[in-house]
Amino acid sequence: MSTTDTPRDLPTQSRVDLLVVADMVAPGSRVLDVGCGDGALLSLLARTKDVDARGIELSREGVAGCVARGLAVIQGDADTDLVDYPTDCFDYVILSQTLQATRNPRTVLEQMLRIGRHAIVSFPNFGHWRVRMNLLLNGRMPVTEHLPQSWYDTPNIHFCTIRDFVALLDEIPAKMDRAVALNAAGGKIGFSAPWWFWNIAGEQAVFLLRRV
Amino acid sequence: MSDAPTNGAGRAIDQADDPQSAVVRFGMERPLLLDAGQYFAPLQVAYQTYGTLNAEKSNAILICHALTGDQHVANLHPVTGKSGWWEIMIGPGKPMDTDRFFFICANVLGACMGTSGPASTNPATGKPYGLDFPVITIGDMVKAQAMLVEHLGISRLLCVLGGSMGGMQVLDWASRFPDRVFSAMPIATGAKHSAQNIAFDEVGRQAVMADPDWRGGRYLEEGTRPEKGLAVARMGAHITYLSEQALQRKFGRHLQDREARTFSFDADFQVESYLRYQGSSFVERFDANSYLYLTRAMNYFDLAGDNGGVLANAFRNTRTRFCLISFTSDWLFPTSDSRSIVHALNAAGAPVSFVEIESDKGHDAFLLHEPALFSTVRGFLDSAARARGIA
Repeated sequence: MSTTDTPRDLPTQSRVDLLVVADMVAPGSRVLDVGCGDGALLSLLARTKDVDARGIELSREGVAGCVARGLAVIQGDADTDLVDYPTDCFDYVILSQTLQATRNPRTVLEQMLRIGRHAIVSFPNFGHWRVRMNLLLNGRMPVTEHLPQSWYDTPNIHFCTIRDFVALLDEIPAKMDRAVALNAAGGKIGFSAPWWFWNIAGEQAVFLLRRV
Repeated sequence: MSDAPTNGAGRAIDQADDPQSAVVRFGMERPLLLDAGQYFAPLQVAYQTYGTLNAEKSNAILICHALTGDQHVANLHPVTGKSGWWEIMIGPGKPMDTDRFFFICANVLGACMGTSGPASTNPATGKPYGLDFPVITIGDMVKAQAMLVEHLGISRLLCVLGGSMGGMQVLDWASRFPDRVFSAMPIATGAKHSAQNIAFDEVGRQAVMADPDWRGGRYLEEGTRPEKGLAVARMGAHITYLSEQALQRKFGRHLQDREARTFSFDADFQVESYLRYQGSSFVERFDANSYLYLTRAMNYFDLAGDNGGVLANAFRNTRTRFCLISFTSDWLFPTSDSRSIVHALNAAGAPVSFVEIESDKGHDAFLLHEPALFSTVRGFLDSAARARGIA
């Protein structure tokens, strides 16, 4: 996570993924958004789902914006600060477009599943066909509309594909309650589609997880 | 840096009994039960207010001042003639907006600007209390403030806020009177004093007590003033309010009004001259015994210790909204102190926000022009006002 160019700043399509995430949250629940940026998702959840909305955000500007919105947000780091939360203190812990920017994605996921009954994770899929084409044809690390930084200045240090992520869930272990892949236009890819298709056509994925 | 000398308005000691402030007196029938186990009466509380209390009495915000602060937050100081210590923060349209909110600041118990303290006259003897004044705690200060707030007819404060020792009072308020504190903003503070904090304070107290003019605490009766000792205490403490970077930037090794070293113990260096000035201007407005009592109160503060060793227990079931602020270069109350409070509040399930502000100005940053501090204070008070339905 970087202070200047937060992964949450990914344009347009991230709005769609916020709606998908919000759709997974039960009304009136306790929610922690890790890497909550300016608080867009928390505000949406507070407004539409009447949740008790909390957040963690690395950038001071982001936190200050959240405070002014009336949100309870702590300046902190997903990699180091989740350990300080008591076990089972949230219904949902959300990590939206931030997993790839953490130093220890697996530890972060484990912590999320410890402090929350559910975890909701959304991330850009590095198995998307456009990423594959880019590497195959140009021989360069992919730079796309949604992943605009070059390899040397990107805060995104742990990219994965949808299949990589699903494999990690088996190791942790975590149970997948719901999964949604979004195509480049922000549309949902049918749940009936096979994994290999998701992994090629999905530009982003959103998972609802729980402890095994 | 340019503390004006006493401008004839009077010395601090004249403020102890008859301050240039609003005053409320609680008689023998309303004693204050101190943490030390004894009752204190009569009690005088001196305070200032800014802005207008609305009809519902819902827009009141209590400001808790720091160790060497006082109730003169945003008006000319009656002793120094200087502007208030948070004038940049409070006023019409400022982050703490007097057009919207009603601000109260009371001189703390044990201080010397009009609230009962060691320089006040003991009605039982007709002489200043001196060391006969009971040893008080942060909690005692808060209980005295609560009596004032109640006297003003305010059942619930929109916010209680303050920095440093003021932040300790904020934490104590939120813990002691959760239903009377809608929101709380502890700034650059901790839930307890560290060994280093206590150590620095002890050096300051020993400096005061080593001054022959201290006279075992009876200097007011004997017509002396332990100015040298108090000045040294202030000089030492002042270093802890700054940072190495800030000192270096401000003074470096620059010489004071001279071309070369004088090979003497004169104040050759600007930083020496600065500290001496801080010391000498401080003694004009502060009572040496108050300094002993207030630093002691800070040393004794340990909110976790008072709650079975678990800080979260101090805030169990609280509904108060919290916003904590720390500064990166503050080594007196480092960010880790604020973080441990945040963890405790999280464990207690309290709605808590936390901002660490980048600054090289040390602990005193909370008193200075820090745009990030201003925007956070403004944003938090705005959101609290919205949540309480205040326009």
